[in-house]
Amino acid sequence: MTKAHVYKRDHVNTDEIIPARYLNTDDAAELARHCMEDLDAEFVKKCKPGDVIVCGDDFGCGSSREHAVWAIQGAQVGAVIAHSFARIFYRNCINCGFYPIELPGAVDQIRDGDELEIDYKAGTILNKTQNKTIRFTPLPDFALDIIRDGGLLKHIKKK
Amino acid sequence: MSMTITEKILARAAGKTSVRPGDLVNAKIDMIMCHDVTTPPAISMLKEHQIDRVFDPEKIVVTPDHFQPAKDIKSAQLHKRLDTWAKEKGIRYYYPLGRAGVCHALLPEQGHIRPGEVIVGGDSHTCTYGAFGAFSTGIGSTDLAAAIATGILWFKVPASMKFVLNGTLPKGVCSKDVILEVIRRIGTDGALYRAMEFTGPALKDLSMEARMTITNMAIEAGGKNGIMAFDETTKAYLDGRLKGKTDYTVFQSDPNAQYVSTEEIDCGKLEPMVAFPHLPSNGKPISQCKGLPMDQAYIGSCTNGRIEDLRIAAGILKGKTVQIRTIVVPATPVIWKQMMDEGLSEIFYESGCVISAPTCGACLGGFMGILANGERCVSTTNRNFVGRMGHPKSEVYLAGPATAAASAVEGKLADPRNYLK
Ligand code: SF4
Repeated sequence: MTKAHVYKRDHVNTDEIIPARYLNTDDAAELARHCMEDLDAEFVKKCKPGDVIVCGDDFGCGSSREHAVWAIQGAQVGAVIAHSFARIFYRNCINCGFYPIELPGAVDQIRDGDELEIDYKAGTILNKTQNKTIRFTPLPDFALDIIRDGGLLKHIKKK
Repeated sequence: MSMTITEKILARAAGKTSVRPGDLVNAKIDMIMCHDVTTPPAISMLKEHQIDRVFDPEKIVVTPDHFQPAKDIKSAQLHKRLDTWAKEKGIRYYYPLGRAGVCHALLPEQGHIRPGEVIVGGDSHTCTYGAFGAFSTGIGSTDLAAAIATGILWFKVPASMKFVLNGTLPKGVCSKDVILEVIRRIGTDGALYRAMEFTGPALKDLSMEARMTITNMAIEAGGKNGIMAFDETTKAYLDGRLKGKTDYTVFQSDPNAQYVSTEEIDCGKLEPMVAFPHLPSNGKPISQCKGLPMDQAYIGSCTNGRIEDLRIAAGILKGKTVQIRTIVVPATPVIWKQMMDEGLSEIFYESGCVISAPTCGACLGGFMGILANGERCVSTTNRNFVGRMGHPKSEVYLAGPATAAASAVEGKLADPRNYLK
């Protein structure tokens, strides 16, 4: 079951996703323990594998630390859905093989605790709780290729 | 086809005669900046994927800065990984402790930034180098690994926004106040995915140090890069400083280049600015916010830890005693020495400040000045996000060096203009 954790916030930044006090390591499992800590100290406890984070504009703004993506991946978050993403974070997601879903109005269409099913290929989110289907614009092909290959480095090696 | 500087540089790096905003290009990288937080993971990724190659050991600059000197065992391990790798790969420009400094102050100072080039770094404030008429942007560790191995990265050509800085900065107002005003106007995502091109008569009067403070904060408006045209001031700074290759190509925006927007700023009307927690866009003129009690003042970082900033701060602190903890962090060893030679250290000492070794330190809540629950810090850094300098319930107030120094003297947000004769 994929549950939505909705934060009606814009500009959720990398310091909130993974505070700099933990940047003395790049171990994903350790980073995961502090995922979203300065935004919601309970997040890691609440989040079950596959759950989804839903936010407003400019998610991931701030530092270039890919640790933010690793913390989210390490916490086994299934997806992040945001109205928009900060540029470096967005790029880091793709490079790590993690799909950032851009969906304007997401925090109004998805309620905290809603059960979701995401079809990346079709570009749809089925909101099972509200029984409605939401469309999003799928990533461009070159980004999908990178994600399919499991991230940029695997993609480069393949080429 | 008419193009902006950003477009021209990316076209050149991609081997094309022209590009337009939105084009995806594979650009050759001219310089890569590596530091102690984002590079060790990149090194591990390369190892894991058995990619042994470094595209060019002459085009990579390595400096530990965030947690250096090592603040704990874990950061010591990061430094060790960086050190081993830099030596193993024969990285020509490796700055170990003693020569290391805050990356974005160190690279220009040591002559690694050339106009017209494409520079990337594993740090969001890599946009700083745009002050030299270069295309420069921050990347994460995976991109960094790819750049180190191949010397090539893909970019989407950003559309450009123009910021015309008119008038002359009044006394007591510094370039930090200008960029805080720009971010206040457009918001922290006002330039998302865009190039921010700064031009206008007020720029002419600004030193390279002051210009770098402006481009440094382009990312705080979401910008992909900040950029300024090359002029006599740029040339004077570069002359005799450049390491390795000393020639470069200067690009200028065509008169009829396309901009998605143009914003005019009358610098003559600006006041010293303070950006309130927890966004760099929460700027207020000092006249509307002075008097708010502070617990700490921090003068340093890649935004305002250069010699000019320390001179401005010392000018205000001279003969005064600070009322709150005040931490001065020269950004590089050269700045540290200059501060000593010019007698600024003496002034800082006499007024009750502490001086640290060059480091990012407390700017990112690493060490050397962490804030406790509920504490407030007036800081010359660039970010005031929740928990940025310590406890999630602490607060950071961004300001220029003059305002930070004046506030240190009064123990509360203070107008630096009262300290200038
Ligand atoms: S001084 Fe602060 S903002 Fe600049 S590179 Fe260091 S941590 Fe980042």
